Amino acid sequence: MLTKTIFSGFGGQGVLSMGYTLATAAMLEGKHVTYFPSYGVEVRGGTANCTVAVSDEEIASPVASEPEFVVAMNQPSFARFQSILQSGGLIFVNSSIVDVSSARGDIEIVAVPTSELAERIGTIKVANMIMLGAFIRLSNIISYDFMVKNLTDILGEGKAKLIKINKEALDLGYKYVRE
Amino acid sequence: MKKLMSGNAAAGEAAVLAGCTCYFGYPITPQNELTEYMAKRVPEAGGVFIQSESEIAAINMVLGASVAGARAMTSSSGPGISLKQEGISYLAADELPAVILNMVRGGPGMGNISPAQSDYLQATRGGGHGDYRTIVLAPSSVQEIADLMPLAFDLAEKYRNPVVVLGDGMLGQMMEPVEFDHIKKPEPVAKDYILTGAKGRPSRMVRSLIFDVKEQEEHNWKLARKFQRIEQNEVRYETHLVDDAELVVIAYGTAARIAKGAIARLRQEGLKVGMIRPITLWPFPTKIIQETSKTIHDFFVFEMSAGQLVEDVKLSLEGKGRVHFYGRPGGVIPTPVELFRIISRHCYQIQRVKKS
Repeated sequence: MLTKTIFSGFGGQGVLSMGYTLATAAMLEGKHVTYFPSYGVEVRGGTANCTVAVSDEEIASPVASEPEFVVAMNQPSFARFQSILQSGGLIFVNSSIVDVSSARGDIEIVAVPTSELAERIGTIKVANMIMLGAFIRLSNIISYDFMVKNLTDILGEGKAKLIKINKEALDLGYKYVRE
Repeated sequence: MKKLMSGNAAAGEAAVLAGCTCYFGYPITPQNELTEYMAKRVPEAGGVFIQSESEIAAINMVLGASVAGARAMTSSSGPGISLKQEGISYLAADELPAVILNMVRGGPGMGNISPAQSDYLQATRGGGHGDYRTIVLAPSSVQEIADLMPLAFDLAEKYRNPVVVLGDGMLGQMMEPVEFDHIKKPEPVAKDYILTGAKGRPSRMVRSLIFDVKEQEEHNWKLARKFQRIEQNEVRYETHLVDDAELVVIAYGTAARIAKGAIARLRQEGLKVGMIRPITLWPFPTKIIQETSKTIHDFFVFEMSAGQLVEDVKLSLEGKGRVHFYGRPGGVIPTPVELFRIISRHCYQIQRVKKS
């Protein structure tokens, strides 16, 4: 099965690292995966996005014209990507700053107040990992247990000191959408 | 072990593992990650990295490093590759090995930074002035970039000729799992043409200025014979579901992987479509296309340009068969679904013609 997800938000919200983390975890699980970032004409404070495709078979195109999932961390991203989401698709919204009153009727919205949840951990920097925890719980693309177990390999040597706080953040998001 | 890497970074890693000790480049999107990667990696491996003042400087630095015997490369995209053409022509004339990577973007002119395949003719026809060719390798995945970079250096040295690796913005930017375990450091080879200081031996000269017309003609024929040998020995391609096909797609690089996705859908609909994917764009896989045309009459060329590869397909077929064409120039990335719709329409047309 082929699943495509667009991660989107402001530059600096960690949307590219969300996609990269998912792609690395999927690769370690033995799946075919592509990660395609938006590149080039970007401005400070502007939007950033990346597309992650995960499949059991070879992936023809890393581009998603009709993604199964969208993660929108800010308002412009919500407006832009809800329109291309597959009918019946899931859109994960950073409800701390995104107003979803303009949402299409045929898609499902998962509202995660990442800023408020991040306050519990004490730093806004983990807002993206909270969202990723929620995303993995409901998207079923990869195994959450596998990811948590291999977090050191997934995040790489540079983040060795931050494993604990990232685990905490993933867990918070995962549990938030389960409740 | 597999790593998740961009095509740009994978090209750099594979080059270093294949013994590239000199990288010279000037920034341009969408290949900047390669220059960035090399800035760190090449000095680590004991080599030389220079961000040059211009693309022209970079290619001439490659020429200098090559004439001194090093495995040298440069990379750029569209406009930057145009600037390098003078140096590439000199490399070919001087019979010096070099690897030039082009992550193609939409053009002509400044164009844009989106993926395109619009530099096909420039790459396969030499590109610069004079009577010469460059070997052109066209990967279609990040892993294949890693596989073809060492081959590019080997072929460049074997034939003493510049080799172009032709990717595009998508292959450069996209990350995929990639392995490098198979890349072996090359055995040092004695090069009897390089300039090392003429201590204890007669001096050598590397030049492309040949005023004597007869001598220049002989040099041209010598190069032509070399290009013939390359055409005989170095053609590479992949076939995909050709045996029972009624229509064969011909596509390379990014377009080929999009076509593969389209073919999977076409097969589900019962439409017998296969593909020939040239891996070397020059030398072009003419023979397999001619062979195929004995049993299959419809060829569908798909490329991210307004029609360049299609010329080589027509030349290969020499008037036999029917050539269908679909192109998306300008930096558009077509989808497998879009291509599926277009090809299926052609398939049904072919079936209708056959019945009537």
